[in-house]
Amino acid sequence: MLYRENGQFKTSYAADQQIFPILQDRVAIGVLLAIAFVVVPMFGSDYLFRAILIPFLILALAALGLNILVGYCGQISLGTGAFMAVGAYAAYNFLVRIDGMPLIAAMLLGGLCATVIGVLFGIPSLRIKGLYLAVATLAAQFFTDWAFLRIGWFTNNSTSGSVSVAGLNVFGLPIESAVAKYLFCLAVVCVFALGAKNLVRSAIGRQWMAIRDMDVAAAVIGIRPMYAKLTAFAVSSFIVGVAGVLWAFVHLGAWEPAAFSIDRSFQLLFMVIIGGLGSIMGAFFGAAFIIVLPILLDQVPQWFGIPLSTATTSHLVHMIFGALIVFFLIVEPHGLARLWSIGKQKLRLWPFPH
Amino acid sequence: MGFFLETLFGGLMAGMLYSLIALGFVLIYKASGVFNFAQGAMVLFAALAMARFAEWIPKWLGFDSLILANVLAFAAAMALMVVLAWVIERLCLSRLVNQEGITLLMATLGISYFLDGLGQTMFGNDIYSINVGMPKDPAMILESTFEGGLLLSKEDLVAAIIAAALVALLALFFQKTATGRALRAVADDHQAAQSIGIPLNRIWVIVWSVAGFAALVAGIIWGSKLGVQFSLSLVALKALPVVILGGLTSVPGAILGGLIIGVGEKLSEIYLGPFFGGGIEIWFAYVLALAFLLVRPQGLFGEKIIDRV
Repeated sequence: MLYRENGQFKTSYAADQQIFPILQDRVAIGVLLAIAFVVVPMFGSDYLFRAILIPFLILALAALGLNILVGYCGQISLGTGAFMAVGAYAAYNFLVRIDGMPLIAAMLLGGLCATVIGVLFGIPSLRIKGLYLAVATLAAQFFTDWAFLRIGWFTNNSTSGSVSVAGLNVFGLPIESAVAKYLFCLAVVCVFALGAKNLVRSAIGRQWMAIRDMDVAAAVIGIRPMYAKLTAFAVSSFIVGVAGVLWAFVHLGAWEPAAFSIDRSFQLLFMVIIGGLGSIMGAFFGAAFIIVLPILLDQVPQWFGIPLSTATTSHLVHMIFGALIVFFLIVEPHGLARLWSIGKQKLRLWPFPH
Repeated sequence: MGFFLETLFGGLMAGMLYSLIALGFVLIYKASGVFNFAQGAMVLFAALAMARFAEWIPKWLGFDSLILANVLAFAAAMALMVVLAWVIERLCLSRLVNQEGITLLMATLGISYFLDGLGQTMFGNDIYSINVGMPKDPAMILESTFEGGLLLSKEDLVAAIIAAALVALLALFFQKTATGRALRAVADDHQAAQSIGIPLNRIWVIVWSVAGFAALVAGIIWGSKLGVQFSLSLVALKALPVVILGGLTSVPGAILGGLIIGVGEKLSEIYLGPFFGGGIEIWFAYVLALAFLLVRPQGLFGEKIIDRV
């Protein structure tokens, strides 16, 4: 009854092309943003911010970047962790080596470095596809793991191999408290999500999808595969790089290469699959799911008085993730985002199915 | 010279083991077009099963014989791998027929996570040892030719012989038996094979069982060398560049690729490593495979990929 677009006529191209053409969607997003920006900071606890919301936002951003590559352009990548690491270490170096480097500038420069490396490792995608490309991106993963561990220059010759940043601030405002960190991440994620959403609706986004659906046919109708694939790699690794900076600077504070290991890459790929391939919202669903599930698995048995050891829990999480991946690929390849849109479709007709 | 040869032999032995894992990838890819990312998890799972059964079975049945325990454990682990193959086929593959390669790859990634969790839940997550009575002490050969002689690990030698025997066995199986012929037919063309009455489902179960067998052997050899623990499934990541180098569809390619990577890795670590700060074993195989891909995307013996409009 409430969710209906009857009577909402579009009389201009601008109205036809807006991101949320239905009034109720616009209101819902407005309310959601208001809650995220105003209500949550007022009532949220430190634990909620540090353990759930901040990792959720940052990983959602990284999943967003990966989704552009895997979901929209069809180029599978197992090296997301590597590009996050490149962003993080590059930004660290900019911040440490240049006096008075603003955080935002370091973040964007870190993203740009990730872009360069991403495009570099994307070049094989012009000759090889699918499975082979997955291995090529794994090469990026193993190489960066090694480089940041062994090459002292990247870590400013830190003896322990781990690096840390302190005293972050944006335009003079310190980012120290959990709330400030949360708001900063939220702002960055909103900007990037909006940008990504518009990008995938634009000409370049359509080119990516054409390449994904059938690259030969796309080439025949005049899409340059090289340009499309490399831009997908560039945009994707830029976003992933920025997410890496946030993960390292804001969430961890001090980190070592293990923070961006191959497990992180798999985790992000799972977010994309479970959330929904080729959907911006899916990245958020997937990230929420993968962050919350282990916490739930940790807590729920305790409520029922069944104590599980940490090892058992982590094995259970592994098994559930694995089973869910297969389940989603079989039953709903477009993931949670698709379920959401089916729900909305049903809601439009409710309570009269026909 | 002696040192160089020692490194070379060490590399060849390690390479043989990589080939063994790579073989599992190739078998499955050849017969079903699935790039089985779960091979590493299967190796871990099989090795865990073997290690634990060898410990449990004597306790249950109340005897004390290492050989009998190992034989029974091997049989039990193999039975488990066959059941696993059947379950994977039933629950997963048969529902993903005709999907794209990427989808299948991600499905096997899911299987690999599931197996990692399942194996460690069922069998525990400590470090276990497999003792199949492999000789541990190194052997000295050619003492007259080189100063100090050549130090060879007997364990590696036995492992390499087992691996070679396994490859020969698989080649015979593929070439001489009716099942092997059916497998090759399915590999060439699913539909044609199905239309002359080859049951696809059963073939897939057989292929996954054979891959499980390869995983079990690889798991036992690696496991008795390094101990059975989670890192075993990471060793399998080393086998990926091997397959890429050799070509996804070629058994000889997997062997040769394994040897090249094994030797290249050891030699580069010794002779190039110092210039880069060491530890380049981690990525050498991948970068080699990547460079090779750019020149010859189908690998050494792979089938050429042809795109037609």
